[in-house]
Amino acid sequence: MDNVISTVRTSTLPEKATKKRDWIATGFHLLFLACAMVGVLSVGTIGWFVFHEGLPAFQQAGVAQIIFGQEWLPPALFGIGPMIVASLISTFGAVIIGVPIAILTAVFLAELAPNWMANIVRPAVELLAGIPSVVYGFFGLVIIVPMIETIFNIPAGNTILAGIIVLAIMILPTVITISETSLRALPGTYKEAALALGASQIYTVFKVLIPAARSGIYTGISLGIARAIGETMAIIMVMGNAPAMPGSLLEPARSLTANIAMEMSYATGIHSSALYSTGIVLLVFIVLLNSCLLYMNRKRTY
Amino acid sequence: MNKFNINNLDLFYGETHALKNISLNIPNRQVTALIGPSGCGKSTLLRTLNRMNDLVENVKITGDVHFDGNDIYQDSDVTALRMRVGMVFQKANPFPMSIYENVAFGLKAQGNKSKDEIDAIVEESLRGAALWDEVKDRLNSDAFGLSGGQQQRLCIARAISMEPEVILMDEPTSALDPIATHKIEELMDELRKKFTIVIVTHSMNQAKRIADKTAFFWMGELVEHNDTAELFNNPVDQRTQGYVSGEFG
Repeated sequence: MDNVISTVRTSTLPEKATKKRDWIATGFHLLFLACAMVGVLSVGTIGWFVFHEGLPAFQQAGVAQIIFGQEWLPPALFGIGPMIVASLISTFGAVIIGVPIAILTAVFLAELAPNWMANIVRPAVELLAGIPSVVYGFFGLVIIVPMIETIFNIPAGNTILAGIIVLAIMILPTVITISETSLRALPGTYKEAALALGASQIYTVFKVLIPAARSGIYTGISLGIARAIGETMAIIMVMGNAPAMPGSLLEPARSLTANIAMEMSYATGIHSSALYSTGIVLLVFIVLLNSCLLYMNRKRTY
Repeated sequence: MNKFNINNLDLFYGETHALKNISLNIPNRQVTALIGPSGCGKSTLLRTLNRMNDLVENVKITGDVHFDGNDIYQDSDVTALRMRVGMVFQKANPFPMSIYENVAFGLKAQGNKSKDEIDAIVEESLRGAALWDEVKDRLNSDAFGLSGGQQQRLCIARAISMEPEVILMDEPTSALDPIATHKIEELMDELRKKFTIVIVTHSMNQAKRIADKTAFFWMGELVEHNDTAELFNNPVDQRTQGYVSGEFG
């Protein structure tokens, strides 16, 4: 009796179908794996390539000479200290101006705006994300640079301040969109509970909703920072590009990215290698930034 | 002595007529249970009492709701109303904060209490919600680390920290196991001494156990309202009789 039942259960047809399904599943599994590897391999290749090309400059000039050096006179001196400072200040300034505006916009879109208004503001913000950076540069050159010249009464408005303003606008859409998404993803029960306790809407937003959505907001900010520090074209157009240590926000400066983009076409030998080492510094900043994000987004323990 | 007087209340969600001409008095320092099948309007009525329906779009309310004699829909200070009329929700909804911060939240939002005062009220509220002994050593740990029943008692502690006059409870035990439910019901027996309680419940047995008055709702109408024992033992309306005898609903 047992035998009969077992024969019926393991008839050959379903087994074949199962095998075929397994084969398809395995095939897709490999496909997914291959796709995932494209990203990993790209990062690995880029990292290896940049380090391989940049190391000769570090070996010849010395790490301290490059990172802390004040003079950029290829092929003799390769100090990129001023450019590190310019990149950090322009990015930091953009964050200081852009992030508060972006978070308040996200709150407005997610919580306060009537539907019809959100439906105007949101597409406008999304459009901002799609504008090519050369157009931002153009906008900066035509509007912001002359404005700075007039307001501060200086001969050339191509300054770090111009870079900061352009970058602040450029990071808005990233931070707004990701912050709004994470605010909308919160369970409605948080808001309900806070309002039912007699908390005002504004208190609820700042004390419950923004803290609850903070990991998404941090992600938005760090993507914004990555965009700002990696931005090249717009910065070249508005920041003046002088490879000297800037004394104030109203002086021109050259960012790390601008340094690479402007000289790569004609650099050779150790000069070229020094530009790759500029890239190494840029990569290190991005890695540090992501590490900070991971650290801040770790599960908070009270 | 009535805490709430509801007169000829009609409520529409867009085209849906969710509450039909409700008139009901809610007596002070007693437990009033609102029962009825799903979608009968009992939760909607509960949410008109602290104006939580204001959050829903396209709500239209006519008639009036008097709280200690003042019409809450004429008096525009919703914040003050919600401080006096606390609420506990169906699913425990602590904030993603520490246990302490959860209970202190309403007080801090009010913004006129010192740290010492808040500390004292937090302890008192947690004791009032029969949770103090279980959490006193971990006030600074995450509220989500508590069990479902503990989270619900935390929400009750959060509500009573505001020293409200009324506590609205929207099926507070429907997501809890029988033991946690029993604890909350015991707690409500304590709370009735200080607070007016209005509870929406699906469980007729719960209404029988804890409520002084019970109101039966059916399709947006208030069918019958009486002392709990009267309503269950001698229902006047056919529909009430059918529901409490378990024929439908």
